[in-house]
Amino acid sequence: MNYIFYFLIVVSIIIGAINGRLQEVVNALMSGAELSVKIAISLIGIMAFWLGVMNIAEKSGLIAWISKLLKPVTRILFNEIPSDSPAVGDIAMNFTANAFGLANAATPFGIKAMEELQKENDDKSTASNSMCLFLGMNTAGFQLIPTTVLAVLVGIGYKNPTEIIAPTLFVTLIAFIGAIVLAKVFQKFYPTGKVNKEVQDD
Amino acid sequence: MTNLLNLISLWALPVLLITVLTIGILKKVPIYEEFTEGAKDGFKVAVNIIPYLVAIIVGISMFRASGAVEMIANGMASVLSKFNVPTDTLPLMIVRSLSGSAALGVFSDIAHNSGADSFATKLAAVMVGSSETTFYVLAVYFGAVGISKIRYALIVGLLADIIGIVAAVLVCNLMFA
Repeated sequence: MNYIFYFLIVVSIIIGAINGRLQEVVNALMSGAELSVKIAISLIGIMAFWLGVMNIAEKSGLIAWISKLLKPVTRILFNEIPSDSPAVGDIAMNFTANAFGLANAATPFGIKAMEELQKENDDKSTASNSMCLFLGMNTAGFQLIPTTVLAVLVGIGYKNPTEIIAPTLFVTLIAFIGAIVLAKVFQKFYPTGKVNKEVQDD
Repeated sequence: MTNLLNLISLWALPVLLITVLTIGILKKVPIYEEFTEGAKDGFKVAVNIIPYLVAIIVGISMFRASGAVEMIANGMASVLSKFNVPTDTLPLMIVRSLSGSAALGVFSDIAHNSGADSFATKLAAVMVGSSETTFYVLAVYFGAVGISKIRYALIVGLLADIIGIVAAVLVCNLMFA
């Protein structure tokens, strides 16, 4: 992350200078900082709402039930966390919300899942394999119906906007599977934060 | 089929809410207390992610303002035109990993400029619809739990984005070209 951050800032300034857009780059710094806080603040309400709903789902045993239901799948994908961890239920909620295009519910669910994964993590500043896998699956943006895109297409008078649903679904599935496979391959080449505990829990 | 899908989209959220609340009541969970207890974290999480969001979004905003996206797109143009990729869609391929709102903006531009039923619009629609903003997801999800050493997470996210782009080009060429 240190190099990425360095790259983004320094390369932007150099390329901006070459293109004669240094002023725009500096302006982008200010507006970007402001935008970040706006995004975070605008998340508070919806985040609070869904975290509240999630707490009910957890206390009523619903999350545990979903976790149990998905055990066969998650035991293979997330084999490093205990299969009765609430993280599994949170991950399931996150994907359900994503699949139905409920982006503002998916984010709090995903954060909840990350918090649960963090509890299983030995080194709190370094991402665990499970966290990287979960993040990769989320960046692939699996969604059944691309609602925003459809809205734009309808807006410009596209004759048959629904014809893009099938190809979009196919592409997002490919990227989703790709992310899972890549995460599983890459985890072999990147050491975890701390040496794994020599505890066999099975 | 589409109507059914739209219907599911519309009802997904209400059904989820009714289910969670009803199960809560049936299981004698004090749902109001538990709701407010959980909701308390909303503020904390939002504040926690601010430093991570600032780092990522400032970096991305500067990168986009510098004209680097156009430079990369121009560099790739000659290669990608061989694969029947309209040049209009090149900036989109780069931007869609960086910023969701910017990607939607570029997509709207393409749709307006190249016409509703053009190949470029269809390809752009599939590319935008099939992706999530990798950098944003990274900042929010890892930021919320204070992860700063991300290991291979970004590489995997970006490689998956590239896989998505290639798949989008192939599928759209098969279906729409």
